[in-house]
Amino acid sequence: MTRSRTALRLRRVLRAWQLYVLLAPVLLYFAVFKYWPMYGVQIAFRDYNPSDGFSGSPWVGLAHFERFFSSFQFDLLLTNTLVLAVLNLLVVFPIPILLALLVNQLVSQRFRNVVQTVLYAPAFISTVIVVGIIYVFFSPRSGLVNHVISLVGGTPINFLAEPGWFRPLYIGSGVWQDAGFSMVIYLAALAGIDPSLHEAAKIDGASALQRIRHVDVPGILPVVSILFILAVGNLLNVGFEKALLLQTPLNMSTSQIIQTYVYQAGLQQAQFSYSAAIGLFNSLINLGLLLTFNWVARRFQQSSVI
Amino acid sequence: MATATAARTPRPRQPLSGRVSDRAFNRASVLLMSVAILAVAYPIYFIVIASVSDPNAVQNGQVLLAPSGFTLEGYERIFSDPTILRGFGNSVLYTALASAISVVLIVSGGYALSRRDLPGRRTITFLLVITLFFDGGMIPRYLVVKELGMLNTIWAMVIPAAVGVWNLLIARSFFDVTIPHELREAAQLDGASDFRFFFRIAVPLATSLIVLMAMIHQVANWNAFFDALIFLNDADKYPLQLVLRNILIQSDLSQLGATTGDIESYAQAQRVGELVKYGTIVVSTLPVIALIPFLQKHFTKGALLGAVKS
Repeated sequence: MTRSRTALRLRRVLRAWQLYVLLAPVLLYFAVFKYWPMYGVQIAFRDYNPSDGFSGSPWVGLAHFERFFSSFQFDLLLTNTLVLAVLNLLVVFPIPILLALLVNQLVSQRFRNVVQTVLYAPAFISTVIVVGIIYVFFSPRSGLVNHVISLVGGTPINFLAEPGWFRPLYIGSGVWQDAGFSMVIYLAALAGIDPSLHEAAKIDGASALQRIRHVDVPGILPVVSILFILAVGNLLNVGFEKALLLQTPLNMSTSQIIQTYVYQAGLQQAQFSYSAAIGLFNSLINLGLLLTFNWVARRFQQSSVI
Repeated sequence: MATATAARTPRPRQPLSGRVSDRAFNRASVLLMSVAILAVAYPIYFIVIASVSDPNAVQNGQVLLAPSGFTLEGYERIFSDPTILRGFGNSVLYTALASAISVVLIVSGGYALSRRDLPGRRTITFLLVITLFFDGGMIPRYLVVKELGMLNTIWAMVIPAAVGVWNLLIARSFFDVTIPHELREAAQLDGASDFRFFFRIAVPLATSLIVLMAMIHQVANWNAFFDALIFLNDADKYPLQLVLRNILIQSDLSQLGATTGDIESYAQAQRVGELVKYGTIVVSTLPVIALIPFLQKHFTKGALLGAVKS
């Protein structure tokens, strides 16, 4: 009986060969560019030597991890990364939700469209350009911001050389660039809410705020929680390209995060195994956070919805 | 599930007071949104007017609402600068090729995954989704590209980042929703093979998906810089973003007219350098901004479909 079932399965597989041909390039891509690097992660436990490859280099156990945990940089890197990540979650994540709730209530359809299009636009500007804009606007001598500061009687600030200004610049530009883009996703979710719920609430005398609180918020909660879980799972991968671009020798004490350090130690100084270990540490924490929050969200939704 | 919680309707209040407070609420949010629009739009507007203004006026803070001392010198420099032009050309080439590769992979793979009669569909999808949550990281990825001999070649710019799981799932959902099973069964009864059905029916029906994916990848590839930073060594292979990084962030204006080396031309290069900065921001962003009206409509649908369906 099992044999006939296997045979049946094999026949189904063979009959679908053309679908596998269509799928093959994608599978090959994932095997080479996603799974091969995963296999290559083992160099974090070896002393990688290019001529011996991933699996031929000698094992060194946890030596690279121990070196990282005991390095003088460790506390600084972890703190900087976590602070930036948490600020991102606390500031950059909720703002688009608030914006979407407000925009959704706007009476004038034309104004709504203007708001959407304008706020959405910066999402298409590259990270390099956004950081370039920051450099131009916050330049100590010619920047517009410092002109305004001197105009109101303050002393110009060299924003990119002050460690204290790295986080505000990073988070602020993040809001400027991404809030509109995420807002549109929430607006789409809001558009999916059954309009009769709003009408019923209006007839019952609910104000705009009450309708937001009791109709809109519960309506987009599933989308919010999915995006939140994903954001948490990416907590430590905070757009490190921007951090790298905003980094100057003078603001390192706040701008050096785990990922920028991996780039410098690994690719600029060719310490492949050591920086692979740091990257793995980063990924594992991410994965742990993701699973934890996913579990929490599932429990939370079970107890509140059902 | 949304309706279950939303069904808890709020306590009724007097309808009239509700209406008055609604009007105040609307006025407050119109005001707030106007501030937001200004905060987002002004920096962009400023850069445009600064790019055609006299650099001295910009430096002194005289340019705020309108350009002052109109000049196109910055743009003249940009369009005669070999480094910027080469970067522009490279970016066009990489973007076109990379988008084409991505679209082919995503549409064919997404279609196959959308077929419920594909044996092993669940396992394959699971294996793809795992990569969203765990990956080897920057270093092993770099070493794999190196091992493949792709370093410092155009292939490093168009293949390693070709397929995102997210986009693949959007494509899968798209085919799942738009192509009825009956249609395929009918075609099968008429003797159409999977290939024939895919090329003759699925692909023509997927025009909007193809357009969406092409545009998403064009934007992403046009704006990408990190892969170029780690995979390319030769400056003449640099895409525009990497050239821009040198000009905007590292203030490397050495190519701009510093050939003679005397102080006067150096000062002149500095002066034009500021203009060039504003101008390059405009020139490099314009091709992408022009896509927004086309993208916006499709994108919301696609993004939501992908977010909810996963």
